[in-house]
Amino acid sequence: MASYLSTTGEEQQAMLKKLGLTSRDALFADIPGAVRLNRELALPEALSEMELITLMRELAQKNTDLDSYACFLGAGVYDHFIPSVVGSLTSRQEFYTAYTPYQPEISQGTLQAIFEFQSMICELTGMEIANASMYDGATALAEAVAMAVSQTGRNEVLIASTVSPEHRQVVQTYAHFKNVRVREIGFQNGTIDLNELEASCSAQTAAVIVQSPNFFGVIEELSRVADLAHQQKALFIASVDPLSLAILRSPGELGADIVVGDGQCLGNPISFGGPGLGFMATNKALMRKLPGRVVGQTTDHDGKRAFVLTLQTREQHIRRDKATSNICSNQALNALAATIYLTLLGKAGLKEVATLCLRKAHYLHDRLIATGKFTPAFTAPFFKEFAVIGTTAPEGLNKALLGDGIIGGYELKKAYPEFEYGWLLAVTEKRTRQEIDQLVEKVVKHCD
Amino acid sequence: MIKQEALIFEKSVSGRKADILPMCDVPETSIDTMIPEVFLRTEEAALPEVSEIDTIRHFTALSQMNHGVDSGFYPLGSCTMKYNPKVNEAVAQYRGFTGVHPYQPEQTVQGCLEVLYQTDRMLAEITGMERVSLQPAAGAHGEMAGLMIIKAYHQHRGDTKRRKIVVPDSSHGTNPASAAVVGFDVIEVKSNQAGGVDLEALQAVMSDEIAGLMLTNPSTLGLFEENIVEIAKIVHQAGGLLYYDGANMNAIMGKTRPGDMGFDVVHLNLHKTFSTPHGGGGPGSGPVGVKKELVPFLPGPVVESGTNGYYLDGDRPLSIGRVKSFYGNFLVVVKAFAYIRSLGAKGLREASEMAVLNANYIRAGLCEDYELPFGKTCMHEVVFSAQKQAKAGVSALDIAKRLIDFGYHPPTIYFPLIVKEALMIEPTETESKETLDAFIAAMKQIAREAQENPEVVKSAPHDTIVGRLDEVKAVRKPVLTFSQKADA
Repeated sequence: MASYLSTTGEEQQAMLKKLGLTSRDALFADIPGAVRLNRELALPEALSEMELITLMRELAQKNTDLDSYACFLGAGVYDHFIPSVVGSLTSRQEFYTAYTPYQPEISQGTLQAIFEFQSMICELTGMEIANASMYDGATALAEAVAMAVSQTGRNEVLIASTVSPEHRQVVQTYAHFKNVRVREIGFQNGTIDLNELEASCSAQTAAVIVQSPNFFGVIEELSRVADLAHQQKALFIASVDPLSLAILRSPGELGADIVVGDGQCLGNPISFGGPGLGFMATNKALMRKLPGRVVGQTTDHDGKRAFVLTLQTREQHIRRDKATSNICSNQALNALAATIYLTLLGKAGLKEVATLCLRKAHYLHDRLIATGKFTPAFTAPFFKEFAVIGTTAPEGLNKALLGDGIIGGYELKKAYPEFEYGWLLAVTEKRTRQEIDQLVEKVVKHCD
Repeated sequence: MIKQEALIFEKSVSGRKADILPMCDVPETSIDTMIPEVFLRTEEAALPEVSEIDTIRHFTALSQMNHGVDSGFYPLGSCTMKYNPKVNEAVAQYRGFTGVHPYQPEQTVQGCLEVLYQTDRMLAEITGMERVSLQPAAGAHGEMAGLMIIKAYHQHRGDTKRRKIVVPDSSHGTNPASAAVVGFDVIEVKSNQAGGVDLEALQAVMSDEIAGLMLTNPSTLGLFEENIVEIAKIVHQAGGLLYYDGANMNAIMGKTRPGDMGFDVVHLNLHKTFSTPHGGGGPGSGPVGVKKELVPFLPGPVVESGTNGYYLDGDRPLSIGRVKSFYGNFLVVVKAFAYIRSLGAKGLREASEMAVLNANYIRAGLCEDYELPFGKTCMHEVVFSAQKQAKAGVSALDIAKRLIDFGYHPPTIYFPLIVKEALMIEPTETESKETLDAFIAAMKQIAREAQENPEVVKSAPHDTIVGRLDEVKAVRKPVLTFSQKADA
């Protein structure tokens, strides 16, 4: 077994003696006999480090991993390339073994990195302020709804059914317990039905929520949604893929009041869905409603520039039941990975990644359509992910592709029953032309 | 020597870049033929333009301004800053864990599902619960999920009057905040002279409107709530449920279990008790465990074991629903799983015993120098008051800052709120006797300085990269981004 204790038996005796005790168990005299556990916990036998490594390797090998298979599955998390620099820096103990930076004099590293993260998120989203990160894109969206409800005093939100199904479920969970009504708005050609939105948006609407690129990979017309929301004095919440913002117009420019999204694609491995990060940005008008930790710039007593957690009167440890949110821990190390990724890729590199994804996704799309076995589900423009309608159920196709070393797309009918043969494919910069060609070749074979 | 570091934006040189991407191997179609121009950015996002070594030097410099557990003693009360074993970090990096998509077919992710299932079973045994959901991403998130379960349970029974949650005045701030997020009204009850829940005050607020009581045991004062059996009885007799805040679980592993004390719902902080690193503020993991009758309300999906292996059960009509995408902070769970498997039952019990011994050793070492509001044996942390020093004009904050000069991370201060000038010290089990002795000596020296040379304490820290900050300025004139700074 492993033990990470540092005191010897003799030292323990000396310590106990100082307390006038003879056994460690005597320290627990305050626990009433009736609730004492008078046995060892029933847990598997303890392992040495060597044995643990063997076990963990066996468990890891029971999984099919994306190094051995070409992945065309996205639907919320994506197989992007992560440069070695990211892991090399985030595994520095000064970053990963530190707590939340409550003592700024010995936490300037974490604090400055968060300030840089906030700045980069604002650059990408076109917003004025951002927080230090959220758990993920889904919870960021749910918190944005709470902000909008609090800001407007209204308690209904309209959400496009083109928003990620899991994100909608999380919004629904949070909203249900706050007695906030969530109404879904249908879609036309893969984008939110603007007529239905216009008819549904009213003086009761706290916010309109749209994702772009949406779950189908399609780019939404955010400025028109913003106009419709603002006509009713509702807030417009945009959920975005931060990578797409290297080439797409920023939601801030298009009228969003709150911008959220999932940042996994920025330097964080898929990891069976977590941990990644969410982000949230807004404008100064909503600053006091922003949940989570925020880092600001100030000076020390000598006038030196320094960074500190600020605006804490919004937060739970001060406001208790009057706080805007209960979030405290967020995903700091994942946000650090995103900051390092955005630094290393930089202005030109991020645009290159986005352009590679765009071109490769369109290459696969056009090749699949050219086989005659698929039709486009929608004709609206898309970024790195797109939906096609096949001539056969996609689960059979995915199963056969697995035998070819390929992880196929998402079966759309899982969340949208109307698309029985719908198949959602994601193409990142990691997919080579050879892999894409092979997918097309195998798909044709399996369709026949 | 550690120097201040410019912002990465200030190091940016137009046109500089790290060349890491492959050439485009598909037709280089022009962007505006794929996406209409109206959707396209006209001005590039002003991200930094730096080289690879610039990036490495910048973030290495930033890291050197931080104090981590590996840098030195970190007795931050309530946060359980124990050593984070390196093997756990290593195994969590296996591609069989990091390179797995959550929507892959179940037969291709059996290892991941096994880790989740087995961790659920082991945490259930440690806490005395029936099942545990690993979906919540942090302690506060686990609290929120647990309170949702309580609300859903009462509503399912048609008992819709129960809109109030009781919390002691010593509770963590997240408790009332989480209750409010879930739409409960919060009632605070006063603590008694001994720092425990005042049974009369508790009885007085009980009614058919009470949904439950949130409690951490040991309490935030580091004391075991001796009346826990009576407390559970009072709440249960009134029809309420008991919620266990697992922040202080490190004191009691293998000694007693929340389930045996009468708690119905519990959340844990894997980044405290189960040794996963805190990452400078996350990712954490806040599993929520429940007794049998509450299992149907757990967030979905739940991992089950069947004849064809492990599978995700999402068909749970009474479930509160999803609280996060996918299955939680999976890699954090992998590290906690590795930790529990390494220590086993005896190892976990000894960890708690040593955590408590270390805290009491500090209590005994400092009780003559600092006021001890509650004199009895403490559990895994000890709460002192700096009121004696305050008379000489030296506050808990000053003492905390002075500790930095000795190479220590300060303890938690001004919490719990019911102790004036609180200094909350949690040494954890992984620290050696010499470390504790040196810390005690430093605290004694600071106590002397507070009387003889208070200025040296009040002006601390002296050797850090920045001194005490103007926090008021940060609030009055918020500068939250680089571009705002440039405007200012």
